[in-house]
Amino acid sequence: MTYIVKPKLRHPALPVNKLGFTHRDYEGTVSTLCAGCGHDSISAAIIQACFELAIEPHRVAKLSGIGCSSKTPTYFLGQSHGFNSVHGRMPSVLTGANMANKDLIYLGVSGDGDSASIGLGQFVHCIRRGVNMVYICENNGVYGLTKGQFSATADKGSKSKGGASNMDTPLDLASMAMMVGASFVGRSFSGDKEQMVPLIMAAMRHPGPCFIDIVSPCVAFNNHAGSTKAYDFVRAHNEAVNRLDIMEPRDPITVEYAPGTTEEVALHDGSSLRLAKLDADYDPSDRIMAMAYLQAKAARNELVTGLIYMDRHATDMHANLNTVDVPLNGLSEKDLCPGTKALDAFNASHR
Amino acid sequence: MPPTDIKNPDYFHKVVDCQWACPAHTPVPEYIRMIAAGRYSDAYMVNWHSNVFPGVLGRTCDRPCEPACRRGRVEEVTGAPQPVAICRLKRVAADNKSDVKARMPRPATQKNGKRVALIGAGPASLTVARDLLPLGYTVVLYDGDAAAGGMMRTQIPKFRLPETVLDEEVDYILDLEPELRLGQKVNSLKGLLSEDYDAIFVGCGAPRGRELDIPGRKEAKANIHIGIDWLASVSFGHTDKIGKRVIVLGGGNTAMDCCRTSRRLGGDEVTVVVRSGFEEMKASPWEKEDAMHEGIPIHNFLVPKEFLHEDGRLTGVRFEKVKAERDAKGRRNLVPSGEPDTILQCDDVLVAVGQENAFPWIERDIGLQFDKWDMPVVDPATMQSTNPKVFFGGDAAFGPKNIIWAVAHGHDAAISIDLLCQGKPVGLRPPPMVNLSSQKMGIHEWSYDNDISNDNRYKVPHAPIEKTLKNVKMEVELGFDVREAFLEAQRCLNCDIQTVFDTPKCIECDACVDICPMDCITFTGNDPEEELRLHLSAPALHPSQDLYISSALKTGRIMAKDEDLCLHCGLCAERCPTGAWDMQKFLLEAPKTGYACQHR
Repeated sequence: MTYIVKPKLRHPALPVNKLGFTHRDYEGTVSTLCAGCGHDSISAAIIQACFELAIEPHRVAKLSGIGCSSKTPTYFLGQSHGFNSVHGRMPSVLTGANMANKDLIYLGVSGDGDSASIGLGQFVHCIRRGVNMVYICENNGVYGLTKGQFSATADKGSKSKGGASNMDTPLDLASMAMMVGASFVGRSFSGDKEQMVPLIMAAMRHPGPCFIDIVSPCVAFNNHAGSTKAYDFVRAHNEAVNRLDIMEPRDPITVEYAPGTTEEVALHDGSSLRLAKLDADYDPSDRIMAMAYLQAKAARNELVTGLIYMDRHATDMHANLNTVDVPLNGLSEKDLCPGTKALDAFNASHR
Repeated sequence: MPPTDIKNPDYFHKVVDCQWACPAHTPVPEYIRMIAAGRYSDAYMVNWHSNVFPGVLGRTCDRPCEPACRRGRVEEVTGAPQPVAICRLKRVAADNKSDVKARMPRPATQKNGKRVALIGAGPASLTVARDLLPLGYTVVLYDGDAAAGGMMRTQIPKFRLPETVLDEEVDYILDLEPELRLGQKVNSLKGLLSEDYDAIFVGCGAPRGRELDIPGRKEAKANIHIGIDWLASVSFGHTDKIGKRVIVLGGGNTAMDCCRTSRRLGGDEVTVVVRSGFEEMKASPWEKEDAMHEGIPIHNFLVPKEFLHEDGRLTGVRFEKVKAERDAKGRRNLVPSGEPDTILQCDDVLVAVGQENAFPWIERDIGLQFDKWDMPVVDPATMQSTNPKVFFGGDAAFGPKNIIWAVAHGHDAAISIDLLCQGKPVGLRPPPMVNLSSQKMGIHEWSYDNDISNDNRYKVPHAPIEKTLKNVKMEVELGFDVREAFLEAQRCLNCDIQTVFDTPKCIECDACVDICPMDCITFTGNDPEEELRLHLSAPALHPSQDLYISSALKTGRIMAKDEDLCLHCGLCAERCPTGAWDMQKFLLEAPKTGYACQHR
């Protein structure tokens, strides 16, 4: 870890967003993770995404569980709300927070240990309920904090740093998320910011449960030959199905794609998502096909990345529960206890 | 872009902006770290080897290093960017050092039989003397004045440079036992050439103050003085008072010295008048500030037309008001504004409108060519004239500059004289001494303090103005105390601690990109420089600042680092998991004659 505070001085010509912030204003304190940890790159991508979306920091709540990944919210969005919860219990804390105040942007940050082992039940139920959030799993395939035992997402046959092979079947969190109702599922690699940043931006604008699985090499315990989550392996086996761009209405189109290979998807806030298809046959709106595609590629040791699935007609938990428009924590005592007359009328309606 | 060749000493040298800008290439960050560590004597010696007069320069240097200082660029976000007070830190080393006599070279025990004459005992000649004497040369030092020091003694007022400071540093050189011919002006170079000298160095400065030939000059001459001559006269104690109302004409540093000296010799109403605008004045900004602080107004856009006089006594000066205009070719001209002339009353006028070289004592038939401006033709690298035995340096070589340039010329001339006397071609310049070594002491532990100070530049405290204006010899600046010096030294970014990139070790994890506080580092496809500069993490604004380019990485991309705004905080190296980045100290000593090279 680094002992000094990151200098406050910054490049004088840094771009500013429409709030007048530079990306430096979205940083947290300096990371205490191992040098070269993929998680730090994910933090940098989150910072970049929030900067580009010009998100007001006080409108974000970042929640995490326990583990290396769950430490990272300290290292970004230093002026946002944060909750470092119990191991594997981030999803229920997030669900509760969202239930109370649906106006915030919820960013759940977890790892493969926190989500796929101790918190697997919480993970699926949170998505099942349709909580409007961006759930990021920083997936390195090992328990980094306890010195590199295989986690539940380690691939079968993958080798540990000591040379042992993993004989257990891996969990694929992206497939599980699709299976239990996530309306936005992406996968990326910490070494590819060009892919990560627009994916996170798109997820933050998506009004439903979003899950992004980000393979993030553990430089200390899982970055060696034989590991399937090492920088070299992921670079060699990474197959992006598409490339994303978030288009503001006023943005000029700078990149030209061959006709028929791009697709524009309008987002609810007036911007649009432009999808450049790298695999012409891949349709991210087809959930069943996407699940089959992931399995087929995984069987060939290939890691599918990009926007894997998006439901354009997503809804969320509050819509499902038909809650009032005002966030529940904004309701006054008068709203919540409307008095004897209202109670009588309510009871009468059930007679 | 092709990968950067970091083996070329110029590459990292340029990154150390201050050292690159210093004519004598003083390793600035190296001595600033020593000051922070309280190693004042060591800091003094680092300076002494490079620039010979640390105590003098720490008070009077023109500081080309400071406008170049990276701190002045990276602080741009604070609104008031200021370079590190390099010059005044140098003074701290001189003020706080212990006795360094034992560390000085000794007179040569054996003479090499070669004789060199130095004309003028100013900074250029003294530097040549220092570089040649320990090698066994017999050096003969001529000067028309009674004491060595040249313009440092005659033109710089004592309230800026106390005599004791100058004497000490001149004495370190006189202790090497040159033959002194003080009070002995050289009147014929031809005559000197006929004597038994193997080489002659001309370091006589630019001794003539420019005249201002306007009506009334002759009639009122008793009260019109040429600035540098008047300063010399004050310096030697021949002049100790001036009229109550004084006008100083001119906007250079000499004008500032004239007006401030006048304030101390009875001038109650001293005014500086310049032809052009305030901004265009040649004086250093801090010298203008100091003058104004002493209650001296500076009037601009006034061209002197006539000295007014009554019965042979000066009464005032008439000025024409002008304004600056650009002509069709974009050149800036001063044209009459059409307003009525201004008359300023005064008792004395000091004319400080420039200095000229004058070589009436150099015969034109000795194989020494002069150019169309009547300046000697001098090779800027070797300082040799067209007469192979004659070398020039300081203001005598290329017109008025400053002390630090004189020192740099002196080092170069000494190398040439040494080569000439050994029968080697003077064009065969020795390379600089260069050392590049890792500063890693442990995990995230460096031999230097990499935590960046957020402090603004510290101001040098001044003695109370009521006292300083009463005594022409009382030094105005008190210098930093030890605490202030430490805090100011901490502002230095250690630009000599280089970020060195080892391409094969890089795994492209982006950790350095993410941590870099200045967004200096980018991993990208390779392109020609102009294109590359545009798609870096943050735009590369100063094309004069290099991009550090690696060879191709595993993914085919390259690492591109914009050196411009790097804080040298070492965070890239701290966050690098494989040690592809390392912080390495680049120490360069500019070439000097044998003595100095052996003693580092």
